[in-house]
Amino acid sequence: MIGVGKAKQYANVLDKPLSRGRQEVSLSAFAFLFSELVQYNQTQVDNIAELERRLEDAGYAVGARVLELLCHREKGNRRETRLLGILSFIHSTVWKVLFGKVVYLITFCIWKDNLYQKRYVADSLEKGTEHEDEYMISEKELLVNHMGAFNCGAFVAGIVRGVLDSAGFPAVVTAHFVPIEGQQRPRTTILIKFAEEVLRREARLG
Amino acid sequence: MTLSRLLRCAGVSTAIHRFYPVSVGNQQFVFWIMASTACFVIVSRNDIPIYEAEVGSVLKKEEAAHLHQFILHAALDIVQDLAWTTSAMFLKSVDRFNDLVVSVYVTAGHTRLMLLHDSRNEDGIKSFFQDVHELYLKILLNPLYLPGSRITSSHFDTKVRALARKYL
Repeated sequence: MIGVGKAKQYANVLDKPLSRGRQEVSLSAFAFLFSELVQYNQTQVDNIAELERRLEDAGYAVGARVLELLCHREKGNRRETRLLGILSFIHSTVWKVLFGKVVYLITFCIWKDNLYQKRYVADSLEKGTEHEDEYMISEKELLVNHMGAFNCGAFVAGIVRGVLDSAGFPAVVTAHFVPIEGQQRPRTTILIKFAEEVLRREARLG
Repeated sequence: MTLSRLLRCAGVSTAIHRFYPVSVGNQQFVFWIMASTACFVIVSRNDIPIYEAEVGSVLKKEEAAHLHQFILHAALDIVQDLAWTTSAMFLKSVDRFNDLVVSVYVTAGHTRLMLLHDSRNEDGIKSFFQDVHELYLKILLNPLYLPGSRITSSHFDTKVRALARKYL
């Protein structure tokens, strides 16, 4: 009676119900996949800028899907129509679902099955003071930056750009290292610069 | 009292019915089929239709199909303005043409599910949209599917038509 307790097998993926999404993936599995992604792209390009652009495009595809899925799952089918609304959606919901549990000490956790976990939300959402259309998400320990020597924050910038673009807020999103005195690791900042039409529409909607 | 007058009193539109009289012994029965027109289109964020289906129970006529597409495309402008005024996904009926009504459901990624129909069954239409939205999410989650490209899965087509028969 081996197959008695088996979960129901569906013939086609469209028949399977959408999962409720409390699943977590081990950091080692994600680290492996992400490092393979970076190494594959490294073989295809000649310079860092091109590599970052490719990582951003990979993140864009993720962002487009994450937006639709999370609005359906977490927000009970309410869309975001205002700028601050979509930014707080990214800052809280998206970050919590994608990076909600982070590995505290990554160096020796990769070889362990039990991961040390620390819960956090992205540190702060700030408005850039120079321009009206710039916003920054500032992150102390960006997950993907534990992996490599250079800035893999481009992947996360791509995710954010994918979410914003799909929701109808076209923006240029970049990731920057910001050195802070008193800490050896620089903070990673994701800079979001919105397009003209977004600001015009926001002004029109009042 | 004729049958059509009886149906009109009951509030059922008679213009689109066909009557089939059948006599069994001494009794005479009349069967009538309620035919409904419905055209369903999924339009991506870039205003490109990625899926179309005639889901009504009326036999499809060529001229009618072109007219349906035309009406749905004309309604896109109205949908665009309306989508930014509310955060709900189901916008009820946004446009009318003769006795046909256009109802729209906008997803988070601004993909519009548009239905051209002549019925007044709002709850059924809302449930239909919600189920198709879930199907669309499953298609979108496929990493090999390019968002904004045509949906070619025949299984998706079968399921949408089954949902239309169930709710519309």
